[in-house]
Amino acid sequence: MDPKLETLLRLGDNALVLSQQLGAWCGHGPALEEDLALTNVGLDLLGQARLWLSYAGEVEGQGRDEDALAYLRDGGAYRNLLLVEQPNGHYGDTIMRQFLFDAWHQHLLAALATSADPRIAEIAQKASKEVRYHLQRSAHLVVALGDGTAESHERMQVSLERLWPFTQEWFESDPVDAACALQGLAPAADSLSEPWHASVAAVLARATLQMPDYTGHQRGGRQGVHSEHLGHLLAELQSVPRAYPGARW
Amino acid sequence: MVDADALASVGAVSQARVATEQVLQWLDEVMDPEVPVVSVVGLGIVREVVWQYGPDATPQLQIVVTPTYSGCPATEVIAAAIRHKLASHGVAPVEVRTRLSPAWTTDWMSAEAREALRAYGIAPPVERAPDADGRQVIDIGALLDPSRRAAVPCPLCRSTKTRLLSQFGSTACKALYQCNSCLEPFDYFKPH
Repeated sequence: MDPKLETLLRLGDNALVLSQQLGAWCGHGPALEEDLALTNVGLDLLGQARLWLSYAGEVEGQGRDEDALAYLRDGGAYRNLLLVEQPNGHYGDTIMRQFLFDAWHQHLLAALATSADPRIAEIAQKASKEVRYHLQRSAHLVVALGDGTAESHERMQVSLERLWPFTQEWFESDPVDAACALQGLAPAADSLSEPWHASVAAVLARATLQMPDYTGHQRGGRQGVHSEHLGHLLAELQSVPRAYPGARW
Repeated sequence: MVDADALASVGAVSQARVATEQVLQWLDEVMDPEVPVVSVVGLGIVREVVWQYGPDATPQLQIVVTPTYSGCPATEVIAAAIRHKLASHGVAPVEVRTRLSPAWTTDWMSAEAREALRAYGIAPPVERAPDADGRQVIDIGALLDPSRRAAVPCPLCRSTKTRLLSQFGSTACKALYQCNSCLEPFDYFKPH
């Protein structure tokens, strides 16, 4: 397996799956402003997914384009992190998931912006600028809800504890990460751990939330071993192209 | 909408080379579909206009554009609008190419475009893009500090007593603000 292709699928699948999750909030947000914001973030992520997956298709060289990769791969072929496929839950769950991801995504993209592969670098530069606003917004909301009422504080702390075990697989280097880091294509997975924990700690402190201290965690998303939620998400995401193969808009 | 290729095929179109300055003037009449008071040139998304020559020495006009945001749904509409505008001046077919790098930044918006935005009720960016080339790791702690956020004047009453409601407004490129003086909510074109 080509490590560059794997890395591009990981990047594209994270963006695609999270975009699909955010899209499910359309028309259901707790306020019009929130509804608009989440769908705009989802739209940015969808655009980023298209760029990564198009490039993945070219690198693979088997004639698969972004649509074939998005709509015609089964769950086991998806390479997204376990965190992004966790259910939307209540609004606080969605915001906490978004914040934990945004903080990592921004560090990752800033590092990818200097990738030895010029195409990776240019996509990352573009995406990084967008994620800057995603992170600003999600961090702001984590503070507002964490340092809000007793009820919102409690619920955010529970969200954080529940999602935390899905955040640590990001920093484990596997042969794909190691090969890409060696070629200067992507940063070493563990190099993002310290900056991510520092960003998260800064925001959680303002939010009066307690950073979980346990280290046991779930892993497998990047290698194609997913939680039970991904299959349901893909069933919805892929239903039209599966039911009407080759249909054109 | 007139299909540019169809026009070319009926011979209504000449392939005589038009000066690129002239092409840019025409493109300055192609408005952004989401913000119909600013042209694609004023917004800074037209990066290059160049005549190219095919193997048989036929000249073809190539327009290089860059998307504002990765997921901007206007990108395809803009490419079609560019082709349509040039076809109406007899230049077709035209190749519209997308280029990602350097990434689009609001720093490229012209002074006229900024004024047009304000007159339309959208506050133009008040500062340069915080990270125009997308390579910075952000200091999220500092970004949460509202005292470090630049004041955005209300496009209606010009008051600087305004507040951020949401980092995302009617489109990804705009934030939603409200004026504390005249109470009107307004869109702010984010520095990007």
